Amino acid sequence: MNKLIISPSPHVHGEFSTKRLMRDVIIALLPALLVSFYFFGLEAVKVVCVSVSSCVVFEYLIQRFLLETTPAIHDLSAIVTGLLLAFNLPSNLPCWIIVAGSLVAIGVGKMVFGGLGNNPFNPALVGRVFLLIARPVEMTTWPLPLTLVTPDATTGATPLAIIKEGLKNGLTIDEIKASSDYTFSYFETLYGQIGGSLGEISAIALLLGFGYLLVRKVITWHIPITIFLSVVIFSGTLHLINPDRFIDPVFHLLTGGMILGAVYMATDYVTSPMTHKGMIVFAAGIGIITILIRTFGSYPEGMSFAILFMNALVPLINKYMKPKLFGEIK
Amino acid sequence: MDSTILTAVIMLGVLAVVLAAVLYIVAQKFKVVEDERIDGTESILPGANCGGCGYTGCRAFAETLVKTDDISGMFCPVGGNAIMTKIAEYLNKTIESKDSETAVVRCAGSCENRQRINEFDGATSCAVMAATYSGDTDCPYGCLGKGDCVSVCNFGAIYINSTTMLPEVDEDKCTACGSCVKACPKLIIELRKKGPKSRRIYVSCINKDKGAVARKACKVACIGCAACRKACTFESIIIENFLAYIDPNKCRLCRKCVEVCPTGSITELNFPPRKPKIEVQEQKQDNVNSETITN
Amino acid sequence: MIKTFKKGGVHPHENKISRNAALEQLIPEGIIRIFLSQHIGAPAECIVAKGDKIKTGQLIAKANGFVSANVHSSVSGTVLGIENIADYQGIKKPAICIQVEGDEWEESIDRSDEINRDLSKTSEDILAKITEAGLVGLGGATFPTHVKLTVPKGKTAKAIIINGAECEPYLTSDHRVMLEHGEELLIGVQLLKKAVNVDKAYIGIETNKQDAIDNLKKIAEKYSGIEIVSLKPKYPQGGEKQLIKSITGLEVPDRALPIETGCIVSNICTTFAVYEAVQKNKPLFENSVTITGKNLKAQKNFIVRVGTPLSQLINATGGMPENTGKIISGGPMMGRAISNLEAPTLKGSGAVLFIASDEARRGTKSNCIRCSKCVSACPMGLQPFLLYKLAELNMLEELKDNSVHACIECGCCLYTCPANLPLVDYIRLGKTRAMKHIVKPK
Repeated sequence: MNKLIISPSPHVHGEFSTKRLMRDVIIALLPALLVSFYFFGLEAVKVVCVSVSSCVVFEYLIQRFLLETTPAIHDLSAIVTGLLLAFNLPSNLPCWIIVAGSLVAIGVGKMVFGGLGNNPFNPALVGRVFLLIARPVEMTTWPLPLTLVTPDATTGATPLAIIKEGLKNGLTIDEIKASSDYTFSYFETLYGQIGGSLGEISAIALLLGFGYLLVRKVITWHIPITIFLSVVIFSGTLHLINPDRFIDPVFHLLTGGMILGAVYMATDYVTSPMTHKGMIVFAAGIGIITILIRTFGSYPEGMSFAILFMNALVPLINKYMKPKLFGEIK
Repeated sequence: MDSTILTAVIMLGVLAVVLAAVLYIVAQKFKVVEDERIDGTESILPGANCGGCGYTGCRAFAETLVKTDDISGMFCPVGGNAIMTKIAEYLNKTIESKDSETAVVRCAGSCENRQRINEFDGATSCAVMAATYSGDTDCPYGCLGKGDCVSVCNFGAIYINSTTMLPEVDEDKCTACGSCVKACPKLIIELRKKGPKSRRIYVSCINKDKGAVARKACKVACIGCAACRKACTFESIIIENFLAYIDPNKCRLCRKCVEVCPTGSITELNFPPRKPKIEVQEQKQDNVNSETITN
Repeated sequence: MIKTFKKGGVHPHENKISRNAALEQLIPEGIIRIFLSQHIGAPAECIVAKGDKIKTGQLIAKANGFVSANVHSSVSGTVLGIENIADYQGIKKPAICIQVEGDEWEESIDRSDEINRDLSKTSEDILAKITEAGLVGLGGATFPTHVKLTVPKGKTAKAIIINGAECEPYLTSDHRVMLEHGEELLIGVQLLKKAVNVDKAYIGIETNKQDAIDNLKKIAEKYSGIEIVSLKPKYPQGGEKQLIKSITGLEVPDRALPIETGCIVSNICTTFAVYEAVQKNKPLFENSVTITGKNLKAQKNFIVRVGTPLSQLINATGGMPENTGKIISGGPMMGRAISNLEAPTLKGSGAVLFIASDEARRGTKSNCIRCSKCVSACPMGLQPFLLYKLAELNMLEELKDNSVHACIECGCCLYTCPANLPLVDYIRLGKTRAMKHIVKPK
């Protein structure tokens, strides 16, 4: 007979494992991935492949040779980072820039802090923001979806950037919408017929993934829904005050990577708070800061910065937002 | 243009003076008067902050040394007599000199000597393991080998031998701070006198079971047969609960007990090799000895 | 309405594969060993000597103090003496060894199958009988029952709660008792009500035992003041604090005893034992034990005499399966792994569970990904990931500040942890150390 195994209780384990959680996130990202392939064609395939493979390779190399630990790429977290980074990039980005972004995402965003679980900031966003600051021109020249490409226009700005530009020139929102190539219909933004980064364009595909994550209990509703709510409330108030100057809340929700950020980036386990209460504070902060940047800041899109900013506050939130003890005496 | 620069200079100058004044006043008002001998004593102490003295760190120990009049009972195991004498001179107080000590592991139940009968699959911690059950061998007293002593040692003086799966003490690094003694849930590690030329004899077993039970669990268990007590001419061996203990204060290191022990559970360290006749018996001992003897 | 507690909890696979196995008697052979300490509190004092002839149900060790319990012989035979015997975990404790010779019971015990419905006994009589019979909580904690039923001064009991949740996977012994001894059980509840002078009792049963709920509901019509409450299956519903919360909605205050909410909780098997002790004059020397495991030849629910060697239980189910990796005393969530197969059963042994070697090992430990699943799973509102880290670093003050005392060691955190961190291992250790730790005055 083999030796008996002795361990303290419990002796059974639930269905969760790091690998399974990561795999579910990848599955949830698939619809949006397919949509991006459809709208941006082979270029998109190239960006995703370069980004994912370089993230995995960098993670392996750093773990193997710099940290001298057993490489843990089988937990699939590097693939998630690579996918999310790719989703945040325009499809016409040169390969070397993507590789540089991956190196920053994995190296600076994750490994310098000790690898998975120890990074204070979302690695994919660190990579993205690094590229946005280092190569602003390449990073904001958005190729149009293949269905919108005409012989004389292959690139264009995102809807939010067009509005920002128009507002700067003293136009009202209705005038901007009328003078633009876009139809600005909610329907088109829903299924992705707009300019933008790979993953942000199709709201429907992203929401499909959100549903999957909820069903598989990978994430809870707290962060995404609170972000949506705070965005709607804040931007809705502004819109009611002056509809000519401020964009309506639904438009805010559907553009500028709002759903991508709220569902996939802000909910990153490592960089979000530990309690539901904390998550709500964190998410409300993201929503408000995003709208502040979008309406009053110089960037047309503010999701990445808002998430990174709130990431920095997570330790503080964790310190003050503790769960309520059973039978706690006030 | 000139006036802009001038204004800036004046503004900054005034600011500097005002802030300097504030800093000076605050520093004076909240000045903490501290006995400067505390700093002095602390600088003599080794600064290991190991807690071996019984205080929370070298600073706390230094404060106590300065504040207490009679410091004869206090000792810094890391610094040893040399440091304590220095401190005594510095503070004009008297101290007692102590024999320098080192940690010894009183278990020789290596994988070979002691059959593993089950496998532990919980957290890698002796404390967790000891709280779960009696251990992965038949000997409920023996070393669990999960290395709690290793992780608490500030000096890297204890490590797990990968073949015996038992901790071994590097005597040159060991400062006898006692952290490992406290960390061991089975109370296996003991601080013993280093002895002349680092020569020591001790019973490397703490099994309190009856001889037959102990022997069945481990080949090198002390079975409490009292052969060593009979052999000892200095009455330094006490047998209690089927377990021998050698009193380090009485032991004269004659090595007679080592020869008579039927299970080889008495360990001698750092002695020169014996005459060939007796060496046959010595092979029974675990390899801790053979290694150190050749040194 | 189906009730449950709100905070935390998990729902492991139920695996109640022995639910249809009717209770069977198992009479031990050879030598049995009865521990002097089978309860929380002081060990009992042995009152028999080597060579004494004893009968089944005879008192062999007397309670030593108030928080202690009598121990009775579970067989008839000759006393061989007191020896230090290794228990399930290999830890040696004094036990009385008895050579089994036949099965002759004390005359005072009523062995008839007839149900005694007489409820005229006074509160004092009932308590005295319970004390005499050496009853302890059979849910696992083995706290002496008479102590639990003694309401502290200044507090009032309002209701008795019977724990029929049996929320641990695999276990079915309570379920079988509820099915086969429904009426005796309810008489036991009436006796408990009388003992502490309350007129309301709840029996909380998870809906995965619908047949037991129906059975007891039918019988409860005959008895006043007993309400059967359906509970949504969720672990750790059988925890005292969680059960009170599920049934009454009241939260036991932090650091306080359940009596603060006016509730006294008792286990199904204990309640049945109360019936037997009071109405049948039968002391606690046997209890129902589930023997189960996916690879076991036969699933059994035995009535086992205290002190029966574990190996006899295993043989009675057709021997140990070839690929057994782990044997557990109790349920898989809170039970303790067994290292010694010769150890005797105790009063509180409710189950023996065999886990095949492919399921016996824990998963590989990896980095904490701060997913907060442990925080959501903790039924006590603690932060297991934090306590784990603090306990590993032995930071006792910080452990206290983060309410480590409240941990009920239910294991939900480790159950749910995707990184397989030994959370509850360290928290348990940290809790023990922090409780002992007293701040040194400066």
